[in-house]
Amino acid sequence: MSVTHDARIQIRSPASAAPRQAARGWPDLNNPAAWIVAIILLIMPLIANGFFLIEIFATTLMLGTIALSLMFLAGYGGMVSLMQLTIAGFCAYMVAVFGTSDNANISLGWPWWLAVPMALTLATIFGTLGGALAVRTEGIYTIMITLAIGAAFYYFTNQNWAIFNGHTGINNVATPHFWGVDWRADVPFYYVVLVVAALCYFAVDYISRAPFGLALQGVRDNPRRMAALGFNVNAHRVAAYAVASFIAGLAGVLQVWNYRQISPGSVSVGACIDILIIAIVGGITRPIGPYIGALVFVLLRTFALDFLVKIGLDGNRFRLLIGLGFLAIVFWSSDGVIGLWQRWRRSHRPQSDRPGVGRGHG
Amino acid sequence: MTRFVERHPAWALIVIIAVAVVLWLIFAVWPPGLEDAIGRKRVFLNALFNGITLGGLYFLVASGFTLIFGLMRNVNLAHGSLYLFGGYVGYAISASTGSWILSFIVAFILTALVGVLLQVLVFRRMEGQDLRQTMVTIGLSIVFADLMLWACGGDFYQIQTPNWLIGPIELPLITAVKSSGEPVYLRYPLVRLVIFLASVIIGFAMWLALNRTRIGMIIRAGVDDRDILAATGVRIQIVFVLVFALGAGLAGIAGVVGGTFQSLSPGEDIRFLLASLVVVIVGGMGSIPGAALGALIIGLAEQLGSVYIPTYAIVVTFLIMVLVLALRPQGLLARR
Repeated sequence: MSVTHDARIQIRSPASAAPRQAARGWPDLNNPAAWIVAIILLIMPLIANGFFLIEIFATTLMLGTIALSLMFLAGYGGMVSLMQLTIAGFCAYMVAVFGTSDNANISLGWPWWLAVPMALTLATIFGTLGGALAVRTEGIYTIMITLAIGAAFYYFTNQNWAIFNGHTGINNVATPHFWGVDWRADVPFYYVVLVVAALCYFAVDYISRAPFGLALQGVRDNPRRMAALGFNVNAHRVAAYAVASFIAGLAGVLQVWNYRQISPGSVSVGACIDILIIAIVGGITRPIGPYIGALVFVLLRTFALDFLVKIGLDGNRFRLLIGLGFLAIVFWSSDGVIGLWQRWRRSHRPQSDRPGVGRGHG
Repeated sequence: MTRFVERHPAWALIVIIAVAVVLWLIFAVWPPGLEDAIGRKRVFLNALFNGITLGGLYFLVASGFTLIFGLMRNVNLAHGSLYLFGGYVGYAISASTGSWILSFIVAFILTALVGVLLQVLVFRRMEGQDLRQTMVTIGLSIVFADLMLWACGGDFYQIQTPNWLIGPIELPLITAVKSSGEPVYLRYPLVRLVIFLASVIIGFAMWLALNRTRIGMIIRAGVDDRDILAATGVRIQIVFVLVFALGAGLAGIAGVVGGTFQSLSPGEDIRFLLASLVVVIVGGMGSIPGAALGALIIGLAEQLGSVYIPTYAIVVTFLIMVLVLALRPQGLLARR
């Protein structure tokens, strides 16, 4: 069937990501850029104030982690899922329902160390079930079905008052407070987010080289061949959804702690599409892509208004700017910012340096 | 039809029983016990008619969507934007000239033109690249949505129903019997019935055009095997442009209908994009009869659901989609 075939070709990077990943050992260990980024991220609280720390960097890391779960599915599994934000939102809702909040008749008041695993489990189950549904279809149909799931969840949270408290959502969700530290204070929270994001990043990077990840990439490239080799194609795909759901769920927990509230607005269809935009803009073939995309997105979202006003335009046209930027990226680079960067690197390198040798991208 | 009965006797029996029950519910005078159990008959009939007419509206949007996909494999996720654009154009025309009919014509022409531009400028460059088309049309829908928000603001617009269609009409369906023994008949807005009739006629005309005319034959051949059709000397790019114009124009017409039935505001584009997605997933991609069946099912589920189980109405729609996917992943009427 040509539909799925085409979709898969598009997802694979033109720079042949697969052989490079198989060839390298530990990722980025001898890449100075990666070390610099890591050190900057670690000492960030020393150089940034609370606003930048939370509104820019922690938000980037949270959105990036949700987009990372999409990147995992799309880049390694060939399945573009638009419901990753929905899973994160579901997990956030579950944290609010099982934990403590202002809505005493909904929240069960469990301590956070019980509520969070429960929420993560439920979110993983939810995402896996949605994935089991989505893998029945391929290519463009997967996008449509996951979009429909996301939309159904949004409208459901809007209408359901018994669990999700309708369109007002659940407010004043309690955040963890132990060992004498308020973990939602700016600096501790930043480190919590950083640790979670780093764990997710390295987990995805590890899985992509583990047998499961290699089999998943095989399924992406040629499902019939993998089936003939004895791999259960659908089981691998559903398992990929389970992993991605867990990652998205983790980000959802962080999000509800960050805003201390969750409402249908945070799981709206537009927000689901934003995650896709983030992943595509950053680059969908490597785990670092979603974080780059998230940084671009958050910076634009935060500063576009001021910027537009400064150059004499209406500040409300922020979404127009995002949409046009997204269009430009999709038109000119199928591999997002990373692809642009790699192309630039290649054009500025001596001819003798072959792509397989250099591994210091991004 | 007979083949379906032969192949699935159990399903056929269930369908026949369900149809019989619904017909009885529509035409019979309800016994008192039933009214106590599920509410008044007038409510039921209204929900039924609302569902069917909403299905007509969904069909107008989804048929264009599915036609474009079926022939060209073009995934146009900006289809909802075309709907909203048509609605705004229709509103502007009917507000300035006062002519409801004219607003349909202008909306059809303008959205068809936008569709042609989309086909020529965007889709022709990325033929066969589904994912890229999806991304680009998502980007376009964001840009369109913001441009329309810019131009029209966040207000709700409603297109004025023309005088000759205002007001309810009495249908020969008894909703209740008064204590004096005098029957009470159902009163229903005329405009919705007229529009539903129009969408049935449009659907039937499309079916006729696809199945009985030469251009329809070309289109169907293109759906099955584009390359061979091109090799036989048909100028397929022109066919593509025509079909895209028709599909987009239908979305524009649907926008005017939606603006008359309901209202126009930012966000409706996504709502109708999703509705057409669900409709064609249920009915089967690329199939006009499938779009009709899917639209009817989803419209009915939405309206009956919102009357009888208001909290879970959306979930019913979703469950239908899940059920169809589980039993027939290609959709109810798709040929495979």
